[in-house]
Amino acid sequence: MAHTTERTRSSRRIWDIPGGVHPPEHKAQSMQLPLAHIPLAPSLIVPLSQHIGAPAIALVKEGDRVLKGQKIAEADGPISAPVHAPTSGTVTRIGDYTMPHPSGLQAEAIEISSDFSDTWCELYPMQDYRERDRSEVLHHIRECGIAGLGGAGFPAAIKLNPKGNAPIDTLILNGTECEPYITADDTIMRVRPEEIVAGAEILAHLLHEPADVLIGIEDNKPEAIKEMREACEGTRFEVVVFPTKYPSGGEKQLIQILTGREVPSEHLPAEVGVICQNVGTAAAIYRAIQFGEPLVSRITTVVGEALDIQRNIEVPLGTPVGHILANHGIDREQMAKIVIGGPMMGFTVQDERVPVVKTTNCILVPARKELPAPVPAQPCIRCGICAEACPASLLPQQLYWYARAEDYEKLEAYSIKDCIECGACAYVCPSHIPLVQYYRAAKGTMREAEQEKLKSDRARERFEFRKARLEKAEQEKEAKRQARKKAAEEARKRKAAQPASDKAGTSGASSEADVVAAALARVKAKESSPEQQKARAERSVKSAQERVQKLEEKASAAEGTQRDQLQAQLKAAQLKLGEAQQKLTALDQPEKTSSAAAAVDAAIARARNKAAMSPLEKAQKSVDSLRQRIQKMEEKIPQEQDAELQAALRDNHRKFQEKLVVAEQELAQLQQQEPGEATTPPAGNDKAQQAIERARAAAQARAGMSDEEKLAAELSSLEQRVEKARQRLRKAQDEGNENVPAFQAALDKMENKLAEKRQQMGEQQ
Amino acid sequence: MSWFASVSDAMLVLGGMALVFGAILGFAAIRFKVEGDPIVDQIDSILPQTQCGQCGYPGCRPYAEAIANGDAINKCPPGGQATINQLANLLDVEAVPLDEEHGSEDIKKVAFIREDECIGCTKCIQACPVDAILGAAKQMHTVIADECTGCDLCVEPCPVDCIDMIPVETTPRSWVWEKPGAHSQLIATDKIGEIRGAA
Amino acid sequence: MALMHASSPHTAQPQTSANIMQLVLAAMVPGIVALVAYFGVGVLFNLALCGLTALASEALMLKLRGRPIGFYLRDYSALVTAALLAVALPPYCPWWIPVVGTATAIILAKQLYGGLGFNPFNPAMVGYVVLLISFPVEMTLWVAPATVEHGLPDIEEAFSLVFGNYQVDGFTMATPLEIVRHNNSIIMSQLYNEEPVLAKGSIAGAGWEMVNLAFLVGGLYLLYRKVFTWHAPVGMLAALFLLSTVFYDSGSSLSEGSPLLHLFSGATMLGAFFIITDPVSSATSTRGRLYFGIGVGILVFVIRVWGSYPDAVAFAVLLMNFAAPLIDNYTLPRTYGHAAPRRATEKED
Ligand code: SF4
Ligand code: SF4
Ligand code: SF4
Ligand code: SF4
Repeated sequence: MAHTTERTRSSRRIWDIPGGVHPPEHKAQSMQLPLAHIPLAPSLIVPLSQHIGAPAIALVKEGDRVLKGQKIAEADGPISAPVHAPTSGTVTRIGDYTMPHPSGLQAEAIEISSDFSDTWCELYPMQDYRERDRSEVLHHIRECGIAGLGGAGFPAAIKLNPKGNAPIDTLILNGTECEPYITADDTIMRVRPEEIVAGAEILAHLLHEPADVLIGIEDNKPEAIKEMREACEGTRFEVVVFPTKYPSGGEKQLIQILTGREVPSEHLPAEVGVICQNVGTAAAIYRAIQFGEPLVSRITTVVGEALDIQRNIEVPLGTPVGHILANHGIDREQMAKIVIGGPMMGFTVQDERVPVVKTTNCILVPARKELPAPVPAQPCIRCGICAEACPASLLPQQLYWYARAEDYEKLEAYSIKDCIECGACAYVCPSHIPLVQYYRAAKGTMREAEQEKLKSDRARERFEFRKARLEKAEQEKEAKRQARKKAAEEARKRKAAQPASDKAGTSGASSEADVVAAALARVKAKESSPEQQKARAERSVKSAQERVQKLEEKASAAEGTQRDQLQAQLKAAQLKLGEAQQKLTALDQPEKTSSAAAAVDAAIARARNKAAMSPLEKAQKSVDSLRQRIQKMEEKIPQEQDAELQAALRDNHRKFQEKLVVAEQELAQLQQQEPGEATTPPAGNDKAQQAIERARAAAQARAGMSDEEKLAAELSSLEQRVEKARQRLRKAQDEGNENVPAFQAALDKMENKLAEKRQQMGEQQ
Repeated sequence: MSWFASVSDAMLVLGGMALVFGAILGFAAIRFKVEGDPIVDQIDSILPQTQCGQCGYPGCRPYAEAIANGDAINKCPPGGQATINQLANLLDVEAVPLDEEHGSEDIKKVAFIREDECIGCTKCIQACPVDAILGAAKQMHTVIADECTGCDLCVEPCPVDCIDMIPVETTPRSWVWEKPGAHSQLIATDKIGEIRGAA
Repeated sequence: MALMHASSPHTAQPQTSANIMQLVLAAMVPGIVALVAYFGVGVLFNLALCGLTALASEALMLKLRGRPIGFYLRDYSALVTAALLAVALPPYCPWWIPVVGTATAIILAKQLYGGLGFNPFNPAMVGYVVLLISFPVEMTLWVAPATVEHGLPDIEEAFSLVFGNYQVDGFTMATPLEIVRHNNSIIMSQLYNEEPVLAKGSIAGAGWEMVNLAFLVGGLYLLYRKVFTWHAPVGMLAALFLLSTVFYDSGSSLSEGSPLLHLFSGATMLGAFFIITDPVSSATSTRGRLYFGIGVGILVFVIRVWGSYPDAVAFAVLLMNFAAPLIDNYTLPRTYGHAAPRRATEKED
């Protein structure tokens, strides 16, 4: 690469950068008037994210009184910066406001209504910074919320604490300001050169006194160069002047111009021994150390032919752009767009209420003819002029081609990530293709895809982890089952040793089984009380009859498909009625069960009624039958002569015992679901009992209600929620919220559910 | 028996060579084994890992296995056309449109539990394929939005229906520029005047 | 009125692609004037026929492709193609030659590939080569320059030459390049004395040298206006110069002609400044364009000397169009922050 050398007054070698353009400068426009202040805005909107990194976390709440300079939001994590109140007043609202951001989206901000007294809070300077530990000084700078004032807004303290081992040998203060129109840095260099130099001293101290401290300024700012040279007299700092060319002020480009070094792709300047800070940032750091002032205001260029007054102002952060325009005689007829930043890299905003933030170096309100709307793009003629202009030596036309085709692999190969979005290529393109927008869209999509990839990798991991966890749980269960099996085996052995042992020992000799058996016995006593069963059966017969009657009436009145439906329902109801009646009759003749014939009848009735049995009954039945069968088996096993058969029987026996354990547990649970009927547990403190109690308590919440009650409760909660959902939907519609369809869908779903539940309720009654 | 001697010599030489070369080949096969991802892994890495089961398989990996065994590549609605295209690319088959039978492409959503309504039944936890829901029995539950894949699986089991799928909001931080529209490719119906006006 | 939303940059230099095309057309004026002065009005017929055909076929194709006709016609690219072809064709050729050639250039070589910016080959040269292969006789009959013998056809004669069935034979004469190529018996200085075309001129044949000079002037103007960079023309001319010097053979009877003859005869200057600088079909980077030019220069000489066609610019350009993507692949610039240029075919490590 050809680095042309040029000799300047300072006799320091400077390098040239490839490419670059010379758009009309328009700098004189805003330099006719001195730096000024405007009246304080009645309310300031202070965004929580004015820097690169995580948004700060609000420390105040609505209604709090704050003083100027008071910290109102705290940095969240290392790459973040706190936010301070730009004036004194009251916090009126913390919520979403439109951001000064190309998206025009909203983000969280603190609105402070100003009390116009502009009272500072107590400030803590650190003038003895040379005696302090560096980390303390860095912490102080960080706490003052200082972020790069040049454009990107990178938290200053992080830059000053470079990781890695590369020693910093060059500190660069960037006073280039290569963008047309902007003169904010020019202004601060003219009016506060000493502050910048003092700031540079602090920076140099923090960076262990790098060999070179350079202040880079383009040669179109003679005034600023003079002031800075004067201020630098007596120091070892050097003002380096180089020819004007856009984009010399880009961090990487400036480093190349002043040192000839290139920052490796996707690395930081610190890795080539250079730290670069904006001149404004240096001044802000000085004020933070000298006076303890946090970053609450900045110098901003207000420029454009749509304004009567064009100048630089020092303005509190959070001042709405509209307020500033109103103070500069805006001609709304002429105003076609508001650009935050310069014409090459700035972005348009649609809302005049967006506030000035730490990175707002210019508010450009061009007249209609000044910066006309882009003309329709013509096809790329591959003229290569863009490649000539690109300061990063990319091939913009190829990038355009692949960005349009969304070929992200090719874009990666053509190093789209090294594009600094300077806009030089789009500026020179004779076909007026919005190249930068293509790159931004492609970069955004690539970034999104990267994040998606990360996320999906994490999801895969979590999914796999979960699978492993479930498997492990399954294994544990299996292990427990094995243990139980073993216990049963032992019990059986013991049993075999003393066959006369009582029945209570069947399910194992442990106390657990005893308790279960006892509980079972108790429940049996209660549950099978014939009166209760009969009463219930009668009730169900009655309700079934009513339902049948109702349905008959309805069916005769209805027509067509509805009638068919009703008829089907009717049939179902009749069946139910039949069952209920049978159950009732079965219950009516309990004394007969002793006789053989009655036993058969009862069995038939049982089979018929199986469907109508409560789960508790079912569980109990199965427990009973299991026990009986186990007992029978136990009797059989010792009698069996054939060894093989005996083994098979034993196996079976074991299986049944397992089943029994499960069934018993189920039963115990179910018993607790009939709270009215459950008996008080017997005295005794052993573990199993406690466990049972706990389980019961847990089930109580759910099972404490009868079905009807449960339904009713559900119904009322559903009704409430539907109401809520309706309100929310209405609100969303009023606000024009984009979630409206989602809310609508949710509401519809809920309403369906409600209708369903209501119907169920009707059926139950 | 000289013919036998010469034949046996030849056979010996050939056999020896066969052995030697076989050994070399075998060694090379082990030593220079191509360490490629098995195809299932490659497919799995393309699938979106939403783990929603809309494809008819219990998760992305089983679907990846199914694809490797010849199943259609257009059954994953969360991945949408982009995923189908990538799969088509990988497997060198035609990129077919998404099979609507399995659902349609939707905007990205995350689950949100209305915590005051949650009864703490833990059903949603059991349903969540990526353990993105936190909570214990009878405690209110909450979704770790960052980990939620938007699979929708927790919505159905919730007995009180307190889980909403909320579209992921774009914030200034997650927003990206759109590709330029009409400016770049004019068609016959475009009128320059209109474009100027609209811009 | 709502405030406008747009991506940066919000400003652009005023030059447009149409301006560039207009500049190219303007820069061709000296060459055309020289052509008229030395070869008569024939070139004007070519210009008119090519221009009209170009506009008509472009409009037709745009309509078929569903693109706004006015918008794309106003980029002047069709007219540039037409003009390049018109000056390359022999004057007084029958009317259907320019018509067929231009239609081929616009429809086949440009619009079927997707229109301006998408054509891999230079449309004018495609048209020229198609004509040369299909109608070799009509395409190789050049009238003798005005200062040599016969005199030029007047307007009426021109009309009947172009639209009637008048034969151009009476006016034609071999071009200097052909003369040198077919000569293998006499030494150069003698040839320059004997052949009237060469004798009447000073370095590269009467008329021809002036036409080339005129195109050189126009080309330098475009260079000055930064329409293209110096790389391609310099590459081509330098290569041609070097090769012809090597093979000049100090003017013996086997000489392939002096370097000046090669630089100022045939379509050399037209090619160097107007044809190989067509950005669409050439290499993309400046270094690539240098190589592209060198390649064209070498091929021009090779084909002129050892090929069977009298002039070679068209073939050389088309061949190098083929090679352009290859050149691109090996001439990627080294991007800021990268140790070496990256190939598109290489993946990131
Ligand atoms: S400047 Fe524009 S027209 Fe020229 S090559 Fe670049 S993108 Fe294409
Ligand atoms: S925007 Fe990117 S591609 Fe265009 S000139 Fe700047 S760095 Fe190069
Ligand atoms: S449909 Fe769901 S489970 Fe199936 S592959 Fe796609 S994301 Fe994975
Ligand atoms: S399923 Fe619903 S109620 Fe149950 S824990 Fe999850 S969110 Fe709460």
